[in-house]
Amino acid sequence: MHAPVPASIAAAGPAPRYGWLRHLRHVVTGNPVTGVAFALFLLLVIAALFGPWLVPYDPLATNAAAALQPPSAAHWFGTDQLGRDVLSRVVVATRLDLAISVAAVALAFVAGSVIGGLAGFYGGWIDRVAGRCLDTIMAFPLFVLAMGIVAAAGNTVENIVYATALINLPFYARMVRAEVNVRREAGFVQAARLSGNGGLRILAFHLFPNALPPLMIQVSLNMGWAILNAAGLSFIGLGVRPPTPEWGIMVAEGANFIVSGEWWLALFPGAALMLAVFTFNLLGDGLRDLVDPQRRT
Amino acid sequence: MTVPPKVRLAGRRLLQAVPALLGIIIITFLLTRALPGDPAVYFAGPAADAASIAEIRHRLGLDRSLPEQFLTYVGDLATGNLGTSISTGQPVLQEIITRLPASLELTLAALLIAVGVAVPLGVLAATRPDGWVDHACRFVVTAGVSLPTFFTGLALVYVFYYLAGWAPAPMGRLDIISLPPEHVTGFYLIDALLAGDVAVARSVLAHLALPALTLALFTLAPIARMTRAAMLQALGSEFIRTARAAGLSRRRILIVYALRNALLPVVTTLGMVFSFALGANVLVEKVFAWPGIGSYAVEALVVSDYAAVQGFVLTMALLFVLLNLVIDLTYTLIDPRLGLEE
Repeated sequence: MHAPVPASIAAAGPAPRYGWLRHLRHVVTGNPVTGVAFALFLLLVIAALFGPWLVPYDPLATNAAAALQPPSAAHWFGTDQLGRDVLSRVVVATRLDLAISVAAVALAFVAGSVIGGLAGFYGGWIDRVAGRCLDTIMAFPLFVLAMGIVAAAGNTVENIVYATALINLPFYARMVRAEVNVRREAGFVQAARLSGNGGLRILAFHLFPNALPPLMIQVSLNMGWAILNAAGLSFIGLGVRPPTPEWGIMVAEGANFIVSGEWWLALFPGAALMLAVFTFNLLGDGLRDLVDPQRRT
Repeated sequence: MTVPPKVRLAGRRLLQAVPALLGIIIITFLLTRALPGDPAVYFAGPAADAASIAEIRHRLGLDRSLPEQFLTYVGDLATGNLGTSISTGQPVLQEIITRLPASLELTLAALLIAVGVAVPLGVLAATRPDGWVDHACRFVVTAGVSLPTFFTGLALVYVFYYLAGWAPAPMGRLDIISLPPEHVTGFYLIDALLAGDVAVARSVLAHLALPALTLALFTLAPIARMTRAAMLQALGSEFIRTARAAGLSRRRILIVYALRNALLPVVTTLGMVFSFALGANVLVEKVFAWPGIGSYAVEALVVSDYAAVQGFVLTMALLFVLLNLVIDLTYTLIDPRLGLEE
């Protein structure tokens, strides 16, 4: 038996959620491109979560008899030089590629927010030291710095994540610093301080949430870039080792067969990579519409 | 003292590059010494035993304190000693100097194509918002940021080499049968033209076309996007309205008034574009077996030839700082508004 819910609570509970959903639906249907982006995003998530159970073949199983076959009914994306099914490998690779970039972006987000928040809130020497360090990172061509870090720290997948996180960090730190700095003396901050909140508490619960909307857009746009960087690193032979299915390394292996006309080895992983990057870029634009209708382009 | 304000601004900008240089040297130093993993093992190579690793550690000075090692490192840099590559046995500086012109030729050619296409595209897109040029511009910009450089390169190779047969095989800067032109600038195209050898120049151009196009497609997007935004802003401002009201020709308004003002933010974003271009350069060089410093670094990475990688990172960073410096100095010198307020 359920106790009758007071009408006022029932009305107050789901109403904002409904409004948000309606706004989401409005944005998705209003701009078909954003709708497509959300659909693609769902597809990527499904491939990442359930990929290994969805694919028709074992992505590592070799079959010398069926090597280098063009796309057919049995192998939609063809087979590679060892007779492995390219479709299965492309789908299974989604998890690793997304995991690397999600981990890197999450690390960059957290570390960048802490550094940028402290620098923007306290100013002074913290700000100067943090600013100088970020400038130094930005003084390198970022992909080259990532190469150097992975080479020095060791050629592993974890180091790919750390290197990608480090080259993304300045963007988050600068954004949070700017957002926090603008509101440092705002009325609501002074009110929070007067009611006895400590500095860190104000920073974390009063100032930082204000930086979240632009940060979310940055995350989405950054994801695409992080995927490209991670795939680029494995393309030149860093991080992921064969025979692990990963898009960058698959394109690299397929590159040897392009000049002899076996295009499917490189095309499908490359197209998957492109689709993922494209999805996150479109999603970033869509999110901007969602949280900030004024900056629509 | 009466120093012209422009000179003072330029001098200040030069001074601003000093901390960046210092930071780069510290980071490249830390990359070898302070990160997990024993650099002596890297420098000794995969086949070394404990005794030779200890000997190399002593020879590299790795048994001394960090500040001491840093001073040695700076001293080595000052004398141009970047160490010796373990895979080729050559001094790293030597290898980088011989390979640098190939990378520069590729990058500069790509940037020229990118600017040559992106700026007119951005201007046209801004003059007719929502016209077909604008849509084309948006498509190119989105595709340019989403396409992995190495993938574009391979697609171009497949279409223009394998299918159409127009482009030569993606194997370096020249045909095997052609001899490289006499070394003057190190840029094969310029050297071949200087030598008056048309056949070699054609071969160089044919080999350069696809890699340069690949890199250009990648760098085009941010330039076109910035040009479009800056032009839209310039065209919407009051001095343009005034110029229109004064009856100036459309062409004069667009080129002299709007574009000149819009180019300044474009020039400042070129710094970021260089950062991307130098990174993408590595990938393009690998795809086209281009004998530049990028493919040198990739080969070195495979065999854990650390001195070579470190020299490469340092060279790229110095190049990046230098390019930014040149851009900012040009910007300081050409912007008539700078230096007047003080």
